[in-house]
Amino acid sequence: MHSPDPVILARGLCKNFNGLAAVRGIDLDVRRGVCFGLLGPNGAGKTTTLKMFLGQCHKSGGELRVLGMAMPQQGRKIRRRMGVVPQADNLDPDFTVYENLLVYASYFGIARPLARERIDELLDFVGLSDRAATHIGELSGGMKRRLSVARALINDPELLILDEPTTGLDPQVRHLLWTRLRELKRSGKTLLLTTHYMEEAERLCDELAIMDHGRIIAQGSPRAVIRQFVEPDVIEIQGCPPPLHAGLTAANAGRLEIFGETTYVYTADAQALALCLKQSPEISYLHRPANLEDVFLKLTGRDLRE
Amino acid sequence: MIGRKGAFHDLSWRLPAPGGGALAVWRRNLLVWRKMMGASLLFNFGEPLIYLVGLGYGLGMFIGEMGGLPYRTFLATGLLASSSMTTASMEGSYSVYTRMVPQQTYDGMLATPLEVDDIVAGEMMWCATKGLISSAAILLVAVLLGAIDSWQALWCLPAFMLVGLCFAGPALLVASLARSWDIFAYYVTLAITPMFIFCGVFYPTSSLPGGVQDVVGILPLTHAVALIRPLAAGLPLDHVALHVAVLSAYALLGFYLAAVLTRRRLIA
Repeated sequence: MHSPDPVILARGLCKNFNGLAAVRGIDLDVRRGVCFGLLGPNGAGKTTTLKMFLGQCHKSGGELRVLGMAMPQQGRKIRRRMGVVPQADNLDPDFTVYENLLVYASYFGIARPLARERIDELLDFVGLSDRAATHIGELSGGMKRRLSVARALINDPELLILDEPTTGLDPQVRHLLWTRLRELKRSGKTLLLTTHYMEEAERLCDELAIMDHGRIIAQGSPRAVIRQFVEPDVIEIQGCPPPLHAGLTAANAGRLEIFGETTYVYTADAQALALCLKQSPEISYLHRPANLEDVFLKLTGRDLRE
Repeated sequence: MIGRKGAFHDLSWRLPAPGGGALAVWRRNLLVWRKMMGASLLFNFGEPLIYLVGLGYGLGMFIGEMGGLPYRTFLATGLLASSSMTTASMEGSYSVYTRMVPQQTYDGMLATPLEVDDIVAGEMMWCATKGLISSAAILLVAVLLGAIDSWQALWCLPAFMLVGLCFAGPALLVASLARSWDIFAYYVTLAITPMFIFCGVFYPTSSLPGGVQDVVGILPLTHAVALIRPLAAGLPLDHVALHVAVLSAYALLGFYLAAVLTRRRLIA
């Protein structure tokens, strides 16, 4: 399929739960072959949005087309060409690793011989070939997540949806998953993922959207979003003394933000400021380029979310 | 942040339209059952053996005949019906709830081309299949013990399936409403056990007081027993159409409501 249509197209997409708005009119285009990240604090409406994409949650308003077809009306057809890695693993505990994949293949109506072929490839892909006969209860969290990824690929989907795929995993597994996801993207699949890790989004995603309170508040490539919303450099000063703070303000050194003991200076001219700070060895500071986390915190605030 | 409770605005009353995927759901359950077949079959054969030997011969000594049949035959033919009921009810309530809520098996299925209607239909067929297996085991035990010796008894097999469906529907309905396992204890105590005792498994319903007979007459197990007992004992059949109609009505109504409510529960 080489349609120019976006893989996911949402216009004014809404979802209410008993009158409470969870998603308040979002517009989204996920182009074929990209890795798209959906970011946002807890309760921003990310998971609801994903569930609408896969038809487990029906929209209250707006338009939604996935793989060129109307969701939820053509959900069955859409899901035939889609793979899903859920936030909480829902592998079948009554089966072994191999049986999980075999039974899941049967839900897609995939014939046994083809399923067996794919299972061998997929177990190899996620590094679980030696665990084929292991029961789900005996797998570690990382193994379960890798199996969930293999399961989501059993129908060789065009679109892979991953809800917080690396939450709670150790660095080794995260890096393995990142490598695999990049390979999948190279092979032409479209990836849509949610994550709380900004560094993960920055590394993996070609495009992203930041959601808060059911709306999209920023959208674009990670670099473009950073350029659009924050100054290029950040200097973090630990325990900034009041005179220095006053001086920074007077000199118009940059945008200042204080959180706890740390003063963040967002600036376009970090060189001059760093040079100045070097002369006071008693002050400890860190100079770094601005990243997605700075954008995220600027847009969604530093308050805790439930 | 997905609110599932009381999403009544999404409550769709449309008729269920299950597809071939229901068969995949049924096969999944069969595969799990096969893995634990030994224990299941031991239970399926062991329990009726105890009932038939213990009660059939023990009580049979004192009772002699009941309803024109030797008591052990009377009891065996009653248990044929009640076993499909019990097995299908347990599978449709406890096991289905376990797959739906703690195991989230259905959430996994709903990320595939399967729809809720397929899942409910597949579960319903599986509950009936398990009912059929348990009643067929009793039939075999009863034949081996000499309590049943008519070839007409083979007609019981499709009847077991119908009885299984009849009880699977309401059980799935209860599961679709359950917020924990506790409700199933009420269902068993208030619905299943009274039917087991009052609907003609152990004695003819005609021996009950008139008012009670009227109530018992609308309960599905009464019709299941009235259909299966003569089939198994090789006696002439009576009111077959009525019994089949009542059993089918419970099955279809239960299936319909279970599908509607399970949709409401799983699709926000």
